[in-house]
Amino acid sequence: MIDLTTLEGKDTEGKVRQLCHKAAHLHHGFPDLPNVAAICVYPTFVKLAKSLVADKGIKVASVATAFPSGQSFPKYKIDETKEAVAEGADEIDMVISRGRFHQGDYAYVFDEISAVKEACGKARLKVILETGEIGNLDAVYFASQMAISAGADFIKTSTGKINPAATMPVTLVMLEAIRDHYYETGKMVGMKPAGGISNAKLALHYLIMVKETLGEAWLTNEWFRFGASSLANDLLKQLVKQETGIYQSANYFALD
Amino acid sequence: MAKTTKNTSWDLSPAPESTGHVTIDKRYDLFIDGKFVPPATKKYFKTINPATEETLSEIALAGEKDVDKAVKAARKAYDTTWSKISAAERGKYIYRIARLLQERAREFAVIESLDGGKPIRESRDVDVPLAAAHFFYHAGWADKLDYAFANSSPTSIGVVGQIIPWNFPLLMAAWKIAPALACGNTVVLKPAETTSLTALKLAELIRDAGLPDGVVNIVTGAGDTGKALVNHPDVNKIAFTGSTDVGKMIRRSLAGTSTRLTLELGGKAANIVFEDAAIDQAVEGIVNGIYFNQGHVCCAGSRLFVEESVADEVIRKLKHRMNNLIVGDPMDKNTDVGAINSKDQLLTIEKYLKAGEKDGYEMFQSQVAVPKKGYWCRPTLFTNVSQSSIISKEEIFGPVLAMQTFRTIDEVIDKANNTPYGLSAGVWTDKGSKIFNLTTRLKAGVVWANTFNKFDPTSPFGGYKESGFGREGGVHGLSAYLNLQG
Repeated sequence: MIDLTTLEGKDTEGKVRQLCHKAAHLHHGFPDLPNVAAICVYPTFVKLAKSLVADKGIKVASVATAFPSGQSFPKYKIDETKEAVAEGADEIDMVISRGRFHQGDYAYVFDEISAVKEACGKARLKVILETGEIGNLDAVYFASQMAISAGADFIKTSTGKINPAATMPVTLVMLEAIRDHYYETGKMVGMKPAGGISNAKLALHYLIMVKETLGEAWLTNEWFRFGASSLANDLLKQLVKQETGIYQSANYFALD
Repeated sequence: MAKTTKNTSWDLSPAPESTGHVTIDKRYDLFIDGKFVPPATKKYFKTINPATEETLSEIALAGEKDVDKAVKAARKAYDTTWSKISAAERGKYIYRIARLLQERAREFAVIESLDGGKPIRESRDVDVPLAAAHFFYHAGWADKLDYAFANSSPTSIGVVGQIIPWNFPLLMAAWKIAPALACGNTVVLKPAETTSLTALKLAELIRDAGLPDGVVNIVTGAGDTGKALVNHPDVNKIAFTGSTDVGKMIRRSLAGTSTRLTLELGGKAANIVFEDAAIDQAVEGIVNGIYFNQGHVCCAGSRLFVEESVADEVIRKLKHRMNNLIVGDPMDKNTDVGAINSKDQLLTIEKYLKAGEKDGYEMFQSQVAVPKKGYWCRPTLFTNVSQSSIISKEEIFGPVLAMQTFRTIDEVIDKANNTPYGLSAGVWTDKGSKIFNLTTRLKAGVVWANTFNKFDPTSPFGGYKESGFGREGGVHGLSAYLNLQG
């Protein structure tokens, strides 16, 4: 249920290659461990990532729509999305226009999401609300409803570039929006908290929240993802501890 | 390294709190004049763990002679030490009790859950910390009473008899003992017969704190022991928390005497949800209001009033939430709802469930498995209940919620006040003006807005009408233990 992510200005082909290898080989001690759900990269690295992980059942997600600020013209956002999909992206992680949201221009935000959804074609669309910039829980619920109605397959808390990123209250409110939508329409929408969930124990808290709010049907990587890179290593650390009874030093786990 | 095993079950594993660190004696005597002494009755009764039906210990049964002995000890302590030492000195002793209680918090929490059936999460996070907070708070008042009641020359009353219920055994003991001591009185306390253990542990702690002998005495037993205490001629004040029926009996027996009285009795609180409320938060509040402590709460929000426009949504969300409540082993840290306190209480609750079904109301119970042994009741919701039904009139004191719908504010206020009780109420709305409108018109001692079951030693607690009189906590609570001039 983890999306491994590299979204930096200094990303290079080398960095993406390393991440892709890690995605399929989490730990040499556990060859049977399932792979991560997806690799999340900038659009320019989609083609490379796809060529490295496609045969391993790992999806390639691409951020798009002028990530992370979203401050650009709609036509470029649509084009960027189309390019990323054409390069082979299975999933698109878009950001909403928070500025327009705060201006009260909800129709603009809604239309933009549905236009990007259309541009996605078969790719699944994750809509990032950037809750750290949304301001309050009522607004988070409203933005979630809007994203879902506009066609989001997933709603996602954060870009990882803004503090605070995912928190439990914010995630709960988004899960409640998904639950309410499900009760009204019978349609499932996925959830991805991203940023700040760095250890296994905290991840368990989130999983219990999903189980109690939405039910076990959501507890698969089709409907739930963690956007977290350091979580994978802590999880490995706990697995090794379970096997050996001893916590190993961070030096034993690959950094990328 | 070995292969990882795939675990596809998302159920929680058991997470029991260990009980190995607590000691419960096989037998407990009466705590009189600073010592544990066997009862003149020579009789003992069993106290059991309601979650397993196993006997935990034997408790001394105090008769009239024992009660007399305890009152005499309290009188002697009052005359010779407690009313003689300085107020600051009294405060020091109470601070010491508070600190010791914090130090031994885990032990008290475990015993409270073993003896009473309440989830360890609750005794650990609510009962014991709040009990300590009450001692801390009142310790601070001990030498400042002249400032709390300016120009009233506050003086102590004398010997106080206190009778407490089984739903919050340690916390109720703290609510009673702390203000009584701070105001300079000495105490004879009778805990409820099903939950005497933490009061007796508190007696040990008070002895360890070095309190002068006889300042606090604890006599255990059932109704007859309480009666002996109420009718004792040398008791200056009775403070009782418990059922309205017993409260009425006490008031009758004290009529015409100079013994002062405060009563904290039953309730049938209205929890009112308006359409503009944050519904998910309100649902949490409804659950907290009625399923907290298995509904064994005098201020429980047992009558739910929901504005008809959001009734379906509230019911759906409430049922969803109820199905996620974990009912079972009180010692498990994940448990939300523990065991019903006693077999008698379980029978009472079941009687009301039958009555509700017989009246034709729709009954929903959460779909959880409960253990075979012990006393259990699944969280229950009755919908479409009418104001005239037994289940919305009488206090059930269990995890049973009776829901009605309403249309206008005046209607819901009339219905909420249409009860002999008046202990608490809850209001759920995003609109501040609506909250103030309701808080002034609801006849209840406590009105919570967008929350429920919030307690603090600084906040007075008590009832209107048949929910009793007198306040506990805050400055108001102190006045119940003082003689004030002018």
